[in-house]
Amino acid sequence: MTILPGGVCEAGTTRVNKTGGWRTFKPVYDYDKCIKCKLCELLCPDSSINPRDDGFFEFDYDFCKGCGICANECPKSAIEMVLEEK
Amino acid sequence: MKSLLAPGHRGCAGCCDAMAAKFALMGAGEDCIVINPTGCLEVMTTPYPETAWDVPWVHSLFENAAAVGSGVEAALKALGKADKAKVLVMGGDGATLDIGMRSISGAFERGHDLTYVCIDNEAYMNTGVQRSGATPFNASTTTSPAGKVSFGNDRPKKNMPAIMVAHGAPYVATTSIGYPKDMINKVKKAVDIEGPTYVHAHAPCTTGWGFDTSKTVEVAKMAVQTGLWPLYEVEEGEVTKVRKIGKNIRPVEDYLKMQRRFKHLFTMEGGAEEIAKIQALANKNIEVYGL
Amino acid sequence: MAPENKLDKSKMVVVEGSYAVAHAAKVCRPNVISAYPITPQTHIVEDLSQFMADGEIPNCEYINVESEFSALSALVGSSAAGARCYSATTSQGLELMHEVLFNISGMRLPVVMTIANRAVSAPISIWNDHQDAISQRDTGWLQLYAENTQEISDMTAQAYKISEDKDILMPSMTCMDGFILSHVYEPVVLLEQDLTDEFLPAYEPEHVLDPKNPLSFGAFADPNYYTEFRYLQEQAMQKALKKIEDVANEFYDVYGRYYGGLIDEYRTDDADIIIMAMGSIVGTIKDVIDKLRDRNVKVGLLKVRSFRPFPVEAIKNVVKDAKVVVVLDKNISLGLNEGALFTETKSSLYNTDIRVPVVGYMIGHGGRDIKIDTIEKIIDEAEEVMKTGIKIESQFTDVKEELL
Repeated sequence: MTILPGGVCEAGTTRVNKTGGWRTFKPVYDYDKCIKCKLCELLCPDSSINPRDDGFFEFDYDFCKGCGICANECPKSAIEMVLEEK
Repeated sequence: MKSLLAPGHRGCAGCCDAMAAKFALMGAGEDCIVINPTGCLEVMTTPYPETAWDVPWVHSLFENAAAVGSGVEAALKALGKADKAKVLVMGGDGATLDIGMRSISGAFERGHDLTYVCIDNEAYMNTGVQRSGATPFNASTTTSPAGKVSFGNDRPKKNMPAIMVAHGAPYVATTSIGYPKDMINKVKKAVDIEGPTYVHAHAPCTTGWGFDTSKTVEVAKMAVQTGLWPLYEVEEGEVTKVRKIGKNIRPVEDYLKMQRRFKHLFTMEGGAEEIAKIQALANKNIEVYGL
Repeated sequence: MAPENKLDKSKMVVVEGSYAVAHAAKVCRPNVISAYPITPQTHIVEDLSQFMADGEIPNCEYINVESEFSALSALVGSSAAGARCYSATTSQGLELMHEVLFNISGMRLPVVMTIANRAVSAPISIWNDHQDAISQRDTGWLQLYAENTQEISDMTAQAYKISEDKDILMPSMTCMDGFILSHVYEPVVLLEQDLTDEFLPAYEPEHVLDPKNPLSFGAFADPNYYTEFRYLQEQAMQKALKKIEDVANEFYDVYGRYYGGLIDEYRTDDADIIIMAMGSIVGTIKDVIDKLRDRNVKVGLLKVRSFRPFPVEAIKNVVKDAKVVVVLDKNISLGLNEGALFTETKSSLYNTDIRVPVVGYMIGHGGRDIKIDTIEKIIDEAEEVMKTGIKIESQFTDVKEELL
């Protein structure tokens, strides 16, 4: 790469920085309980919860830092935080 | 709703700033230009050569974001592009209530068509949790620590929304990241109103306030439910909407005990009296806004 | 050989220096003007405001900011959004801008700003010296100094052309002596709109704030990158050395007016004594030189137009055969007892084969009159230096001993 004048940056390029390694606990869905309310996707501070074609969601473990907000706020307790095994 | 803040940013797990920025962008939409003063949000989203922003974004200095926003707005007008982008300034409480106060006052007095979103996590988090003008009464920070003869910060929060109302802004609102739809809708409303509009978002910081990373939203909601952070809208100087708490109102103790920064109030002699003073602040809000 | 200045006297009008500058700024077709009033810059911004009120500046917004800090901050946003930007200030206003000056330069935004040079407080003074701009020496702005109102007016267009060049992209300060030039009425040729449209192309930056191509401006750089940002700025400054010369020549080709490029010379060809100075004082010095030349004193003038980038080679070339160099500074670096032009001229000659004594005089602080007698006395002393060597390397001029 070369530095552009003044160091302008191309949009969305933090995507090269996989923050998943920060995680201690990892969120896991219980799809039987999920009501597709989208709250988890909305709240995720790391934009790491993505919709699937079937209307359910999945975690992008490349980026999820394991904060647990999704699990804490899920109205149906459909997300469990489990210890990351490395 | 699509997030316009990319993953991979360096915000802490459970970061309130990332949530606030994400919600503000959802409200403003992709045709906006963001001006971001120095602070956590700026640092964690733009470590050169990367940026987490999927919208045009500019950072200049700590104390001048509203002035930079004025300039962006003026340029868009001069170049005939005013209808092509909303101007959205997003700054922390230090950048807004303290060091950037002059430039915000100027921008609002001049009537630029921009929206200023204050992301208020009630201290200078980027530099290590020092007190700001937004730090609440009796919070312990690194520059207003609780100690043998101190309960922490001895002044109440500066009432920034009232100051912005006094500028004659056509729209001023308070919101909270605990109520994302409220925040998204208010920012959307603000950017659609012509002239300078102000949205003040309460944003609990896991690191600075001392609570588990999973509790960011829960703490934010509790601030609202105790009456310590009332959610309201002011249009053309009149309060037009208030989020009622009603009989679900909670004692401030429930909010304070969730956070390390207030822990001393539960261990120090005289703490109960101090908590009562905080309750009085909440009671006043409940009365003034009819919560 | 430097081009000969061809002033078209039929085009001349008698206006205040500030008006000539405001008119020049208008003719350069700025998109955003952002300024805060401060003596002696006020007439420039008042004239621009009147142009705005009369609808004479198309596609332009004038921001009446609440401080100089915001004046320049607004232009960070405007310039990044693709606008050609103008401001003007002086003294305390310029000092208040200090942080933003670095920012604009680091972000490579080609803002042009006129400085009506004035002393800085304390004690507060509204009169001219160069301490304000000199104190901003290391902020990464080009600093060009003008001798008269015609030059400062024309320098505005030159500055845009230099700053906006894709190889440069560095902001410029065009400096005029406060009151001495800003408030003087002199005959000038106002910058011509038709010629300026030919000389100065529209500003079309490659990178702008635009939702269609969402770029981020002003990221933070860790130690892996910061050095390269500074290196690139310095490279741009070095390229500006040539660009300033080129633009002066291009300006001459279009307008027929010339004031020097990085420097200008007056009667230096056989000069034993070279006087160096910046700004309006050079007019006085030229008069003294003419007088002394009649008495066969071999004295000439090296006028420094560009203080940043500093024209090391150009200066070396002029002084290499001189027997003494005298540098006049309307500023001081406290604690060194030297003015900046003097210090930097000495430093330019060190590590070279040029062995010429250089002496410095700090003069005209806070607007004190610089009399012809004083310049003559300095030249007399320079003749002594030729004979007996340097006795005092750098000194204040015209200090009133009775007040000390």
